[in-house]
Amino acid sequence: MEGLNVSDAKLMVYVHPSKSNNVPQAILRELSSLLFSYIETFDGVVLAYDVDILDKSARILSGLHPYFGVRLKAKLLLFSPKPDMLLEGKVVKLTQDSIHVIVLGFSSAIIAEDDIRQEFKYKLKHGEERFASRSNKRHVIKVGTMIRFLVKSVDKEILHISGSLIPAQTGSIRLLDKNSEDVLLTDRGNKKRRESDGETKTRDHGTVGGNAFSLNNDHPIKKSKRHKIANNN
Amino acid sequence: MGVELPNRNTLSYNMADDDGDVSLSDRELVKHVRDALKSVQSGDMDKYNQLVAVIHTKETDYTYDEALLETSLKALSGTVSNIDFAHHEFLLSAVFGMSMWNYRPAVMDALVDLIISLAASNGNFVDSCLDMLVSNFKPPFYLLDKLNQDNVRRKKENVLSRVHRALKSIADLVPLSPLRLMLIVIQRMPTNYKKDYNIVEYVENMLKLESGELGELVGSTILMAVVDRLIDLDVEIGWDDILQDEPSNTSIFEMELEDMDEAADDDELSGCKFPGETLNRKSLGANIVAELLDNLMVRTFDHLESCKDAGRLIEVFETLLESFEITILTAYKSKFAQFVIFYACALDPENCGVKFPMMLSNLFVRDGRSELIRMSAVSYLASYLSRGRFLSTSFIVSMLKRLVDWCLEYSKFQGGDVNPKAHRVFYSGCQAIFYVLCFRMRSIMDVPRLKQLFLMPLEQILKHKLNPLLVCLPSVVAEFLRQAKAARLFTVSKAFIFDDLLESEHSREFGGLERLDMFFPFDPCLLKNSNSFIQPFFVFWSRVRTTYDNDEEVSSEEDDVDDFLNENAEDAIDDMMVRSSDERDLYLDEFDYALNKMSITPKYSFVGSQAEKPLRMPSRIRPSTSPESL
Repeated sequence: MEGLNVSDAKLMVYVHPSKSNNVPQAILRELSSLLFSYIETFDGVVLAYDVDILDKSARILSGLHPYFGVRLKAKLLLFSPKPDMLLEGKVVKLTQDSIHVIVLGFSSAIIAEDDIRQEFKYKLKHGEERFASRSNKRHVIKVGTMIRFLVKSVDKEILHISGSLIPAQTGSIRLLDKNSEDVLLTDRGNKKRRESDGETKTRDHGTVGGNAFSLNNDHPIKKSKRHKIANNN
Repeated sequence: MGVELPNRNTLSYNMADDDGDVSLSDRELVKHVRDALKSVQSGDMDKYNQLVAVIHTKETDYTYDEALLETSLKALSGTVSNIDFAHHEFLLSAVFGMSMWNYRPAVMDALVDLIISLAASNGNFVDSCLDMLVSNFKPPFYLLDKLNQDNVRRKKENVLSRVHRALKSIADLVPLSPLRLMLIVIQRMPTNYKKDYNIVEYVENMLKLESGELGELVGSTILMAVVDRLIDLDVEIGWDDILQDEPSNTSIFEMELEDMDEAADDDELSGCKFPGETLNRKSLGANIVAELLDNLMVRTFDHLESCKDAGRLIEVFETLLESFEITILTAYKSKFAQFVIFYACALDPENCGVKFPMMLSNLFVRDGRSELIRMSAVSYLASYLSRGRFLSTSFIVSMLKRLVDWCLEYSKFQGGDVNPKAHRVFYSGCQAIFYVLCFRMRSIMDVPRLKQLFLMPLEQILKHKLNPLLVCLPSVVAEFLRQAKAARLFTVSKAFIFDDLLESEHSREFGGLERLDMFFPFDPCLLKNSNSFIQPFFVFWSRVRTTYDNDEEVSSEEDDVDDFLNENAEDAIDDMMVRSSDERDLYLDEFDYALNKMSITPKYSFVGSQAEKPLRMPSRIRPSTSPESL
């Protein structure tokens, strides 16, 4: 999946003097406040961070600025969806009018009827709503299906994505992956990373904020960071 | 605004289709509505205006057609992707302006579906949709007085179950929506200025949200907002409102009086004996606020009970505790809101009931917090330990021991004489110890092991040069000494008489402007309904078995000299002592009276049982404030 990358950022966190007895905690709180909202500076949503505090000491200049700045080096896992990227998500609701998808468990996306290619036809089968391909019987999108779609626009405020299923490389991931149908079930994580790598190499993401930026998708780190999100939340 | 009334034939023709092909009919309807929406961009507004007019109708309008409205809403949900923020402003404002309370369940369902679809279709609509749903927390004004009627109650259930379900559905489709919801719920909370029942309904919904599936995400913020509102209402009830009828000529601080002759049961029940008289004595403003607060407290208590049943009281309590530290502890003149935490403790004495006093004693014992916070904390602690019926004696002793140890440690490093101002934290700690012992000495004395645990160092504190007995509230000290004497705790050769003094120069001094010397936050709750929750867990002074219970009246006070008083103090109280026998009889009566004054709650509770003589207690409640701590 596109839109995910790891950034090396040099940051300065301003800590309130009242938090001076536990600076590491204050820093983590400050960084946690960035999570899951769009940050202009990073041009993306911070999903996870791994922080390294550079300063061993900080000074308050009394009368000038009561907060004290602590310099940090952080690796940030950023999600920055842009138009024309291919994203993946899980279908949570499906109507004749639209397909509702959730990407990475927190960002919602909608694919309106007009953005679903003609190949797909809406059907009500056994009380279950679905979009089925006319050309490939197996290509079915229903609630719970993981699909790949093209980003049309992004509402950064609430991270609402408007998507499209017009391009041929979009649709149910399981079907799109020609090699094995079982990949999704057995080793979805690996597959996604592979794709992600490939796409990272071929696509230009533009610049990502922060003082430094690396395109290197360091998977083991990412994994540990995801783990960290869970801890932090 | 020049919107035509709908031509029913255009929109409702599908309704008349034969039942054979419902889906086709629905599809056609959706197509019709979509055309209406699309035609706006080309400048053709007719169909669109008809649609808007249909949405605008209410159950009470003569043009109202339930089926038509329901169908239109359903059709709209089928084509939400065609609704545009810029082009369909009227339609959207009509939809977002709909109050579910005005419609029957079928229309409510259609409306809720539309709102869910709208929220999921476009990021721009999320806020408006949530806002619309939250605005349905409150019933319209014309129903506000009728909430007790069966049909209105059913309607309320219909509306609210759908609203909460919709909020959950939106959260499923737009996972970040609870973040917005949290803000909207707090922003839309009715203010204190409008003293109407809406706030109670609203808070009920907030609590429902807290206990619902979204509670995990928004619960703690919402609970804190509720506590904040309790405090807001609480501080609006000034002490003057409560104390305005103060007959006492000694102070304006009314007390809850307790007549010795009254049966204890009567005392305890006095709070709810005359429900009809509720609040009639008070000025109107205070009445409404007190009634609202009472209602809110009851809702919160109910909520805590449901949390307990669901096994999540301990999580909720964490939030309450945090909220207590931020809001209640620092609020000046908090009189009732603290009972929320008291009740939570009562519901779960093993966990919550221990955590709360631990937090308070930590606040008191540790340096680093402001003096006012520490003094308030120890006042809360003392009052809590005295009043909580659910607390075990051994636990109370362990908490007391902590206080005693701290006071001892403190006094070791302090030389010099009595100085109420400089050592105010110390004195407040000592007073807390005395106060708790007034309530608990008898039960502690019954267990020899506990008795020994902390009494030895206590004596050192009493004999210290800082002389806490002289500085702390005379009424508390007098009662403490009387019990100590009866229990033969200390070598008392002379009694210590304060002549029914509620407060003294010294106590005023250490209490400071905030009068923390007079702060006993868990004195009997004066709100009728709330009190009925609290009562079973509450120790009333009338029920306290003192150490002198079986002894007869205090005798020959004049002959005794208190060891702990220095010469000056003795001189000072000499004047207060009664000398002639007549005077003495008179004094003894008063003294007995005074000894029963272990609560400082005002004489007349809001529950208005004036027929009985309420309890009298030895200090007045002057809650603390310490804004600088934040």
